[in-house]
Amino acid sequence: MEAIILTIITAATPLLLAALGELVVERSGVLNLGVEGMMVVGAVCGFGAAYGSGSVLLGVIAGIAGGMVMALLFAIMTQSFLSNQVATGLALTLLGLGVSGLIGESFVGLPGVKLEQIFIPLLTDIPVIGRILFGQDLLVYASFALMFATSYVLFKTRTGLIVRAVGGNHHSAHALGYNVVAVRYAAILFGGACSGLAGAYLSLAYTPQWVENMTAGRGWIALALVVFASWMPFRVMIGAYLFGTVWIMGLFVQAMGYGIPSQLLSSLPYLVTIAALVIISGNRTLTKINSPAMIGQPFVPDR
Amino acid sequence: MKMKWTGIAAAAVMASLSLTSAEAIAKTKACFVYVGAVGDFGWTYEHDHGRQMVEKHFGDKVETSFVENIAEGPDSERAITRFARSGCDIIFTTSFGYMEPTLKVAKRFPKVKFEHATGYKTAKNVTTYNAKFHEGRYVIGQIAAKVSKTGVAGYIVSFPIPEVIAGINAFMLGAQSVNPDFKVKIVWVNSWFDPGKEADAAKVLLSQGADILTQHTDSAAPIQIAEKQGKHAFGQASDQSKFGPNAQLTAIIDSWGPYYIRRVQAVMDGTWKTQSSWDGMKEGTVSMAPMKNMPADVADAAMKTIAGIKDGSIHPFTGPITKQDGTVVGEAGKPLADGEILGMKWYVKGIDDKLQK
Repeated sequence: MEAIILTIITAATPLLLAALGELVVERSGVLNLGVEGMMVVGAVCGFGAAYGSGSVLLGVIAGIAGGMVMALLFAIMTQSFLSNQVATGLALTLLGLGVSGLIGESFVGLPGVKLEQIFIPLLTDIPVIGRILFGQDLLVYASFALMFATSYVLFKTRTGLIVRAVGGNHHSAHALGYNVVAVRYAAILFGGACSGLAGAYLSLAYTPQWVENMTAGRGWIALALVVFASWMPFRVMIGAYLFGTVWIMGLFVQAMGYGIPSQLLSSLPYLVTIAALVIISGNRTLTKINSPAMIGQPFVPDR
Repeated sequence: MKMKWTGIAAAAVMASLSLTSAEAIAKTKACFVYVGAVGDFGWTYEHDHGRQMVEKHFGDKVETSFVENIAEGPDSERAITRFARSGCDIIFTTSFGYMEPTLKVAKRFPKVKFEHATGYKTAKNVTTYNAKFHEGRYVIGQIAAKVSKTGVAGYIVSFPIPEVIAGINAFMLGAQSVNPDFKVKIVWVNSWFDPGKEADAAKVLLSQGADILTQHTDSAAPIQIAEKQGKHAFGQASDQSKFGPNAQLTAIIDSWGPYYIRRVQAVMDGTWKTQSSWDGMKEGTVSMAPMKNMPADVADAAMKTIAGIKDGSIHPFTGPITKQDGTVVGEAGKPLADGEILGMKWYVKGIDDKLQK
């Protein structure tokens, strides 16, 4: 049981990290479909830096930086040159997959540097809950801290209000004197940092190695989680963990040998997560209030 | 989705250059379509290793190019067509799912030779080639049954195609030849390559009491998990001991180079004919990595089995074999027919998993 919960946590963490970043981006009225691309670049940068320097911390920082560089590219294209956000996001994913393969060519087949789990004497030794609560790696705790921080900043601070205003109606925000483009740049960069961090989690903690396409579609799942969680950080977390749980339980049930079709079990995480999030987002008015009205729309300051 | 067309582009440029050059020698062009990345350190990695051996062997008499990460299905048809148009003399399509696209393209380009790996349909200019991986799986099954303390192995698999099923059965038969009560737990990840999911499956299997992992997927993630948890595993397609120096017992290695060299040579000589090639340990297409992390007597027994398979005295599928549903196939003391193995759609007795009809 303990082992299963630990596995669920590792499966959910990258989804949570990437989805939180995209949530902020979308809250500011921008749709960045390039999560997968930013993630995979984060993964290769994280792996490379950690392998080259031997320091996991440098790996994590490089992962974040890698994701941000990709995000900056997206921001320049969509905010300064007003390119189509959907097309640019898709291109960013393709670019990320290609570029990461190129950067990572020499990393293939190298055993990576692993981000170790923390160990607190006494606390970690508590049976069952000890390792689950006090024996994770730092990025797991970081993902929870990030969830609370995002929620707090978005809904309890002036900064969050500005981000939401920009996403809700950029003309009004502009009329009030806020720099819409600058806010969106910042949000996009934050999203890139989170995606990069999620990627670094894959190549440093989840499976400490570099292989091409190692994100294997996790960026897309994160994207879907944001929408189905109706842009609420806490619901994103529920979604990510629900997805992780059903995902791992599917594998668990298979190994028990009950003979349930594996294709069904593989699709269950998607079905269950979507169903659950649709149900908790059942309140239509609330969903309407939460969904950023300006999503995907370009903004040109009329000066 | 990512495709590297640079190889093709470069090839096209070179082809046009060679047309303009008066003293151009007729080069034989061998092209390869890969399902994964050359850097997957597994299946595609070994095919590309074979391609490099072709280059080394023939020097400037041959020209090779490849595209990687080509999804099975319509994408692959485009990639194969492009190769056929760009003047390839022989095209190797290296994944099961390329079967129909290969045949379709082959019909349109009757002068080009096609070689499809692991399939079962041939045509006038389409040959199939495969390797008897189940020979290796029989050997690792025996090793697993001897090394395992819990008597349970975890098996991570991709898709229920005959080759994969035959592999599971061979592993089980090998294990049963040592310990009739040996158990195999199976997880289908429905992907050839997803390191994260393979790692998850590995953790789940170990949590359910398996202490040895083997896989028919392409990443080194499971072996890393085994290493971390102090358990054992077998490398897949290539020697993966770097990922689990204490975990890897041995690995089944695919060596396609000698076959590729033979076939390219046949194209050069004009002796290329349609055939279905199915080589194993005897021909060197399937080999094993050094035996490690196991007692000497286990390694010796494994070497003996390998020798037996090579000289033909041991065959993994020797009758009578009891199927999962209780029926018996094969005559006593005689190996199953090749066709039966290549089209295997049933489990041997003792496997807990159920195959979908």
